[in-house]
Amino acid sequence: MVKEIPLVWLAASGCTGCSISLLNSASPRIKNILIDPIVPGMHINLRFHQTIMAGAGEQAIKVLEDTVAEKKDNYVLAVDGAIPTATDAIYCAMGERNGNPVSMKDRFVELARDALAILAVGTCAAFGGISAAAPNPTGCQPVKKVLEAKGISKPLINIPGCPPHPDWFVGTVASILLNGLPKAEDLDDNLRPLAFYGKLIHENCPRRAYFDEGKFAKKPGDEGCLYELGCKGPITYADCPLRRWNNGTNWVIGAGAPCNGCTQPEFPDLVAPFYEKLVDVELPTIGAYWTAGKEAK
Amino acid sequence: MGRIVIDPVTRIEGHLKIEAIVDGGVVKEARSTGNLFRGIELILRGRDPRDAQIITQRICGVCPQSHGIAAALCLDSAFGIADKIPDNARIMRNLIHGAHVVQDHILHFYHLAALDYVDITDVANYEGKDSALNSIKDFISRGELGPFLPRYEGDYRLPAEINQQAVAHYVKALEIRRIGHEMVSIFSGKIPHSVGVVPGGVTSTPTVDNIMSFLWKLRTLQDFINNVYIPDVLAIAGAYLDYAEIGVGCQNLLSYGAYDLEGRDADLTQRQRLFKQGTVSADLKPNELDLNKIAEDVRHSWYQDSSSGRHPADGETKPDYDKQGAYSWTKSPRYDGKVHEVGPLARVAVTYAFGDPMMRKLVDSSLAQLKAPASVLFSVLGRHLARALSAKFIADAMEKWLLELKPGEPTFVEYTIPEESRGVGITDAARGALGHWIEIKEKKIANYQCVVPTTWNISPKDDKGNPGPVEQALINTKVKDESNPFELMRIVRSFDPCLACSIHLITPKGRDLAQFRIV
Repeated sequence: MVKEIPLVWLAASGCTGCSISLLNSASPRIKNILIDPIVPGMHINLRFHQTIMAGAGEQAIKVLEDTVAEKKDNYVLAVDGAIPTATDAIYCAMGERNGNPVSMKDRFVELARDALAILAVGTCAAFGGISAAAPNPTGCQPVKKVLEAKGISKPLINIPGCPPHPDWFVGTVASILLNGLPKAEDLDDNLRPLAFYGKLIHENCPRRAYFDEGKFAKKPGDEGCLYELGCKGPITYADCPLRRWNNGTNWVIGAGAPCNGCTQPEFPDLVAPFYEKLVDVELPTIGAYWTAGKEAK
Repeated sequence: MGRIVIDPVTRIEGHLKIEAIVDGGVVKEARSTGNLFRGIELILRGRDPRDAQIITQRICGVCPQSHGIAAALCLDSAFGIADKIPDNARIMRNLIHGAHVVQDHILHFYHLAALDYVDITDVANYEGKDSALNSIKDFISRGELGPFLPRYEGDYRLPAEINQQAVAHYVKALEIRRIGHEMVSIFSGKIPHSVGVVPGGVTSTPTVDNIMSFLWKLRTLQDFINNVYIPDVLAIAGAYLDYAEIGVGCQNLLSYGAYDLEGRDADLTQRQRLFKQGTVSADLKPNELDLNKIAEDVRHSWYQDSSSGRHPADGETKPDYDKQGAYSWTKSPRYDGKVHEVGPLARVAVTYAFGDPMMRKLVDSSLAQLKAPASVLFSVLGRHLARALSAKFIADAMEKWLLELKPGEPTFVEYTIPEESRGVGITDAARGALGHWIEIKEKKIANYQCVVPTTWNISPKDDKGNPGPVEQALINTKVKDESNPFELMRIVRSFDPCLACSIHLITPKGRDLAQFRIV
């Protein structure tokens, strides 16, 4: 007997990149996630996801309404994208009610009230991200803020990244299915699972030795640490250097590009300009270059 | 008179609403409304110009790489280095963009469009040994069929065995498109939102190791395109031949061309490209591309009429919420004063019309298999066929480019950000003609404008009253059952709309569509 775990995925103000990233899941594959019991005896019943679902229009909206009615307190709500709140939240809408469009904020709140737990997928949903970048034209807010404003206290897990690595989403869901909702000590202050976001990029970076020696790349393609080309690895929590991306093929620094800090609440405004060196940041300093007072190499 | 509202339109990127006024079972009027506005162009103002390449990818997570390429070309041009990009970098950009677009075409056909034609429930009766199909059979027998049901019913025509095979290909295609993204990652770090393409070139370097890795992933894609994707398109075409005459559209096609074959001409309209730059109409006679012929009309959009008819580089956005006769927040880009469709059909047809021998062979042999004249290209099926041929054309070219890479030679040229400058970057994204325009003042972005494929395709009526391409394709369509308007979905999806890209500005009154409710 396979237990069905209902999941509803709402796309708010985002770019669909989080969903495309999930399609890139390699182990399990996306087919396994959609079709097969993802852990023994349990299947994620993805009832609503507007990029992949067969149905459209009213029949799709009815799936949402039926889920709230029939699966109260038993479904997981995943959200990608931030929630636009400015000007009566009209900047993102989905479906009609009595001939009037329904804002994504209202859809989200209706679904959040009766959810078992909420997953804020991607940096827009978790922290505002690109959608809330200055001057934040649509008043975008992260999921947490909208929940607080509405007085909804449901378990919330942030799975940031622009986009998140598919393993971060799949691993978080599998952990809930196997071990139940995460305890406080499983998450960091930003509600990110420590299993994936527990260490700085900088701590595990294969170019770390260059940093400690003070050998810095001056232009793309150079050998050396990318710190002076704007790398935000020293302040960014994620396991990219170990996990690598796209089925372990490569990762940002592996392609000679600086990390842009996309899993952080500071992304994008406080980590931009992306190609400028971090300023006013306390860096871990070990190695001869730093102890000798940063003489030019 | 009846009003059909489809909101959300699913299996596309983003938030789209389609409304159609139907009389006697025939669409008399059609309107498309974007339901999400993010204001990325406003967010770009005042930032370091180099950041445009990172931020504009976030316009769309389905086609980020095309935005990254257009932004890099635009910044190269503004920084005065458009003709100085090293060959290695030009080729690696082509490979990064090409791998992304090929996987996007496969994703569109199998995962966005196919469920309109392929009945997954036939797998319930599967009796064979294919493990993927048997797991889907188990899935169906458990009785919770989300996200594959509900759906519009009433026109699934393929025999059970063909449906079963197509479902197996749906599953296989999930893997193939993932491999396409792995190819992007080889040279560009990760995807969605890759990091390798920057103004000045690329950040990574070619090695024998990564060339070989790319080559063999490419071979996997080519095998799938030749032996599965193209045959599937032709098989579905055979069962749905009426769709070779449905969704004809405006029959004017525009391509910016894509994949630079040389990098010495700073003028991107003159550069040798794999897909050619230009326009064609029903007669398939080619015309050269002239970017000065682009103008954006706003008479039927909620902007002041005084801003109508401007070139995007000098575009103005002055909202006018109460304007009579306006019904969209999308402007109407027009070329030479005429409605133009963009997309794989456009770039395939333009390249064909300019006489490219490989493209001639591809198109002619496919039409021969369908025993159909070139006129069927202008249709729902024509768009799907052109998309598949676009995938093959790019994939086959990539194999040659890979071997032109020279490990050890430069991939980046240095530059300084100018105090003041303007730039333009044009390419053909998966979904068609994509242009970025930048104005730099005091080394910062003063203005950034993106005119994206879906804006061309879902645009409202222009100043002359001519409906946009999707609207024209919907009008006069017969709808068999107004509660299951699958005809309209098939037409809309054949354009592969990408809404995140197309909606630049929307305001409160944009929600008020009361004036059309002539139910």
